[in-house]
Amino acid sequence: MIELTDTTASAIAAEFVRARRRAGSPAMGMVMTLVFVVDEEDSEEAMHAARTASREHPARVMGVILGDGRGAARVDAQVGIGSGWTGESAMIRLRGEVTKHPESVVLPLLLPDSPVVVWWPTKAPDCPSEDPLGRLARRRITDAAAVPRNRAKAMLTQCNNYAPGNTDLAWTRITRWRALLAAALDQTPSKVTAASVTAERISPSADLLSAWLADRLRVEVQRSTSEGPGITRVVLETRNGPVSIVRKDGKLATLSVPGEPDRPVALKRRDLDELLAEELRHLDPDDVYADTVKKMVRLNTGGGSGRSRGARRSKKGTA
Amino acid sequence: MINPLRTPQDRRLPKIAGPCSLVIFGVTGDLARKKLMPAVYDLANRGLLPPGFSLVGFARRDWADQDFAAVVHDAVRENSRTEFREEVWRQLAEGFRFVPGDFNDDHAFDVLRQTVEDLDKERGTGGNHAFYLSIPPRFFADVIGQLKEHGLANPEEDSWRRVVVEKPFGSDMKTARELNEVISEVFPPESVFRIDHYLGKETVQNILAMRFANTLFEPIWNANFVDHVQITMAEDIGIGGRAGYYDGIGAARDVIQNHLIQLMALIAMEEPTSFDAKSLRIEKQKVLESVVLPRRLDLTTARGQYTEGWAGGVKVAGYKQEQDIPQTSRTETFAAITLNIESRRWAGVPFYIRTGKRLGRRVTEVAVVFKRAPHLPFHDTSTEQLTQNALVIRVQPDEGVTMRFGSKVPGTAMEIRDVSMDFAYGGSFTESSPEAYERLILDVLLGEPPLFPRHEEVELSWKILDPIVEYWANHGKPDTYAAGTWGPPSADRMLAREGRAWRRP
Repeated sequence: MIELTDTTASAIAAEFVRARRRAGSPAMGMVMTLVFVVDEEDSEEAMHAARTASREHPARVMGVILGDGRGAARVDAQVGIGSGWTGESAMIRLRGEVTKHPESVVLPLLLPDSPVVVWWPTKAPDCPSEDPLGRLARRRITDAAAVPRNRAKAMLTQCNNYAPGNTDLAWTRITRWRALLAAALDQTPSKVTAASVTAERISPSADLLSAWLADRLRVEVQRSTSEGPGITRVVLETRNGPVSIVRKDGKLATLSVPGEPDRPVALKRRDLDELLAEELRHLDPDDVYADTVKKMVRLNTGGGSGRSRGARRSKKGTA
Repeated sequence: MINPLRTPQDRRLPKIAGPCSLVIFGVTGDLARKKLMPAVYDLANRGLLPPGFSLVGFARRDWADQDFAAVVHDAVRENSRTEFREEVWRQLAEGFRFVPGDFNDDHAFDVLRQTVEDLDKERGTGGNHAFYLSIPPRFFADVIGQLKEHGLANPEEDSWRRVVVEKPFGSDMKTARELNEVISEVFPPESVFRIDHYLGKETVQNILAMRFANTLFEPIWNANFVDHVQITMAEDIGIGGRAGYYDGIGAARDVIQNHLIQLMALIAMEEPTSFDAKSLRIEKQKVLESVVLPRRLDLTTARGQYTEGWAGGVKVAGYKQEQDIPQTSRTETFAAITLNIESRRWAGVPFYIRTGKRLGRRVTEVAVVFKRAPHLPFHDTSTEQLTQNALVIRVQPDEGVTMRFGSKVPGTAMEIRDVSMDFAYGGSFTESSPEAYERLILDVLLGEPPLFPRHEEVELSWKILDPIVEYWANHGKPDTYAAGTWGPPSADRMLAREGRAWRRP
């Protein structure tokens, strides 16, 4: 890691090239630029996750830390190409007036002609697609479950401000649940008449899962509360009987399908880097997420479908 | 009824195989322990196996289910690609069964049948079972006959039975046909999965993506621009403990017939109408059908046998000094052949294919070597260091693509030399990219056959290779080459005759 103090974007760019040459390999096989915006105290964890995820998707990873906005503008950076992985990384600290213009530092550092992803590991702008950094990106990743304040409303805010290319890790977290439910319905092809999702009181993932089920199945989805961790039970009522997935410990779940023995199935809550790696696999807008988000907004404004109204209304605070 | 939870737009949702079990014959073998069991675990870890998936071992061992589970556990711990997680193990562990017995033991197959039926009840495997024959081909007839006799081969309605076989698919056209008759008598062609693990590799699948998703390569992918193609599969190891299998088979039949001819087909084939199994097969088959051998096999092929030498700083024995190899053995451990493809695209472009044991290093690659520019507006001396442009697809290890082209030497007036541009996606990609066996086992369970060669392809490959092997059998013996080198001088002469030279991979 090379420390650059009171520096500029072009000095950082030059340092990237120098670091590559020092390592003896000027070739680059990177496929994207990944920018994350984070506070000092969460920066290390985010950088770790980003670097781990970029093993699968070699990337230029840049952490942007927006510091105190008062005083003279100043840019500091730590630049490195790290050993043991193909990407390169920079942690860029901004202070003073430049914190209002972080895109001016990031823009010259984007890899030419390849996708840009911006990720807010904790606090995110209400409308990511209009954020100065968010505007640079093809893909904008937020995490409603990790915001420091107002967690109950974070997911809905993101849903209200959805723009193509937005995504939330709360959605990524339920991929395995969705895959299992879809696979279970593959086996019991019968109409679903009702569904329920049980999870911790505040669980953006559970809300998205409910909205997804309501949207795809066109039924009312009951959202109930448990001690967690995370989502603990999902039941689909079908004509043949209930299909259920119950997970009490956040690791091992039990799948029950009518007419078949109960079966254990591993359903671990995944780590940040795995979630991020999944997100980076597809960089075009996620249509299914868009539909789910739309449904979630409709459910919460009381308009749209009257079918799910009762259950959702009572839980409005948790959405 | 269409599952409302699935839509084609939802690319996050992985395809999870339906309820099923995998029955492995020869479960004590190396392949089962090093590749199959870890692949099963890795699939489970990635959430791609159905809940209730069961693994049945069949072997001549006095084991109970728990003993088998312990063996799998060790194999997974040692060889799995992904991290070991207790909950994944618990999902799998309830589904381990072991059936002890011989391949001709009727009782054992009765027990197997009972086991499989119990699994349907206890684990909900739904009558779907794949039989993986990880055993020498001479036992295929026994096992397949037994499966038929004990009613294990015919599925009930809405369920499937599949059989998976590994190479070698015969040792010539005749034996390949015999083998196919044994299998096809019991299983219909769509239920037979022939595993060629090369085709499961990401880089090999990437050949198709590279050729047919880009505009950059296809226009020059023909005889107007391509001078020749070199396909190399080199191993640095000797035959190790495989003397019994290897001697009498030799390098050409061991890998050219399957891996390398398949690679050639993917490089040379026309664009398929879609990427389903049938369209791919049609195109591959067309290429294989249009392969012709040169008239003079003596001038266009080469073979060798390694002798004692130094390989990578270690003194190693020659082929004839390996255990159980007869002193009179004429088996080749190095084979190089020339194939021509008679089509408008490839007329006049030779495909040179070589493989060998105890060569310089372990590498598999395809090099497409282009013609020199028709006119070079430079002084002769400026282009002395410029050779031909080349596009190299490295299959293993260190997967990736290299492009070689000319560039000005910095600081000189005008001097041009070759430079290589490396696409190193592979290097970083491999860590999290699935093993070939994961992909292939999953495809077997999903019933998706694009990556598996059908019998017609196997037969066509033998049709290409048989005359060469026959010619070798009737004419002399292999040349020799020192272990750790790039093969016998005859292989170099073979290309030199046509004004070309082998790449050093």
